[in-house]
Amino acid sequence: MKRVLPLVLAAITVVLIVMAWFESGGVERHVLRSAATPEQATRLMLSQIQTHNFDAAYARLANRNDLDKNTFIHEFTGSYGSLLTISALEGFDVGVLHASDQEATVRARLHYATGVGPLDDTRDLTVQRTGDTWKVVWPVDTTAKLPPQVIPVNYLRWDVISRGSGDDWGAQNVDSPQVRIVSMNAIQRPDSVVVLGEVVNEDSVPAYVNVGATLLGPNDEELAQESSFDKIAHTLLPRQVSPYRIDFPNMRLEKIKNVRMEAKALLIAASADPVIAIDQQKLETDRLGRKVLSGKLTNQSGQIVSIPHVIAAYYDSNGKVIWVSDGYVAQALLPQMPVPFAVDLPPDVAKNVQTYRVIVNHFELTT
Amino acid sequence: MRSVLTAFIVCLFALAAGAAELHPPAQVTAGNSITIATSGSGDATFYLIGQSVASKRHVQAGTEIAVDSEQLERAGIYTAILCASDGCASANFVVTPAAPNRLSFLVHPSRVPVDSPNRISAVAFVQDNFHNFVLKSEAVKFSVLPKDGKEISATRNSENGVAWVRLSSAKKEGPTRLGAEIGHANEIRVVQQVAADACNLRIKASRAKKDFLVETDPVKDCSGNSVPDGTVVSFTKVDEAGKATVDVPIKRGVAKVELPVDGRAKITVASGVVTGNELEVAGGQ
Repeated sequence: MKRVLPLVLAAITVVLIVMAWFESGGVERHVLRSAATPEQATRLMLSQIQTHNFDAAYARLANRNDLDKNTFIHEFTGSYGSLLTISALEGFDVGVLHASDQEATVRARLHYATGVGPLDDTRDLTVQRTGDTWKVVWPVDTTAKLPPQVIPVNYLRWDVISRGSGDDWGAQNVDSPQVRIVSMNAIQRPDSVVVLGEVVNEDSVPAYVNVGATLLGPNDEELAQESSFDKIAHTLLPRQVSPYRIDFPNMRLEKIKNVRMEAKALLIAASADPVIAIDQQKLETDRLGRKVLSGKLTNQSGQIVSIPHVIAAYYDSNGKVIWVSDGYVAQALLPQMPVPFAVDLPPDVAKNVQTYRVIVNHFELTT
Repeated sequence: MRSVLTAFIVCLFALAAGAAELHPPAQVTAGNSITIATSGSGDATFYLIGQSVASKRHVQAGTEIAVDSEQLERAGIYTAILCASDGCASANFVVTPAAPNRLSFLVHPSRVPVDSPNRISAVAFVQDNFHNFVLKSEAVKFSVLPKDGKEISATRNSENGVAWVRLSSAKKEGPTRLGAEIGHANEIRVVQQVAADACNLRIKASRAKKDFLVETDPVKDCSGNSVPDGTVVSFTKVDEAGKATVDVPIKRGVAKVELPVDGRAKITVASGVVTGNELEVAGGQ
């Protein structure tokens, strides 16, 4: 009996080590060490990035002369406090689009786990044959860099001084901002009920807004309660309008008699800066065949926007909001540098979209 | 809790015994000291139980017991109890609020759009110097002190300690002071009257280097007040390159943006739920 227990423990340890090796992509790395095909070369490079072996991944590039190593690393680890700085490459799918003896095009879908949820990045990569092995040509960003300069910013900033705790009851205080839900639409999706619409800050001061909805049953009983969470621009400047979307998973519209809406607003300090332009907005079908609303974000201010968040409202021919979609942009917005974005929308909704409106929300990482 | 229980037990004993006697005044104004005449003789213990006070001290029965004004600041029913060797006696008396001399003045909202009828609510809670609500009807003078105008005032009688008035905002933006006055109390609150929704929102476009500079006329409400800086104006441009939107805050009365135009373009403007005019421009011209 004395010998059995150590043997069992040793066996379990070995099994766990083997499982961990499999889980970490050890088999894949072992098989792909030779990079004998374009797909293998891409998989090997991405698995090395996944394990943060950036030196080895960089060494497998065909265009090292054109691409600085730090720039390459920042493609995956992010910079300027962007979303990728709080992300990890969780997995990837690789497929060869077309190949010849010397060159191939490979589509890589990178799946990141980020601080705000999963994020996918699709790249079409050229892979070249060098002797017996294949090497990836990583796309070089040719965008001109903004020269060092001083950008004067003189937009408004609002600060709030509230009544102190020691002040008398009845002493003057500042009221919460007035916000109003200007539209609301409840729709049935295959797996959920979705409540969506728009909310406006009607006040002359900034507001921190959250929209909540309660679904009521036939006897006015509460069936479910949810809030818009991040499907809204929480900070609204005076007269700014934000779309909102509230999802109720596993609910059926026919069971709902009424929806009780609530818009809560708090007075907050805010700045009218930065101003972000959304150019070249288009509804199109992307490389993966999905319906997307794409465009470019341009930060018109001097302040770097770390994590841009795009929220789009889609309207039918009657001007009714029929869908709200959102997406985080992996790159930080540097001043005056356009950054592409795309947010997808369901195909059955896309065919009814007459027009749309996009706003950009932004978050900063604070230490 | 313990003192209340003790007082209750002492009261029971006092009622049961009914020996010594106390003669407090039936009604006392808050903040005034009193003397309570007693009968009997010898050492005794005097208890005073009232609003926010419970005290005990040794006295001589048959003498007048002085009660300090500090012990009689809260309005309400008080119980005085005297316990001597021959038993306990108790008597109730009422402390009424003093003359009104304080106000809690609530004005809502702190910001109001111009020209809004009955939108401002001003409520005054009438109190004496010791924070007792003065429940009998008292005249409260409400006044409006515009920045550049003459004071307007009106008097309202309080009901159960509360007087109120509803006011309409002026047509001109800016702060206005609202006052409420009673006795020596004169409370002032400031209400910011702000411009209402933009009215006749109009844009114009001019060429700037390679783009179009699109800017609004000075953004004003229907009463001619300038919409405050920081208010967001949304510009939308639709051309061959697609749609472009920019939410721009008003700065120095106008909102402006530079938009690249590819071919013919339509530019529209909106602020909140208010839409403005539409421009058609051509990039090649």
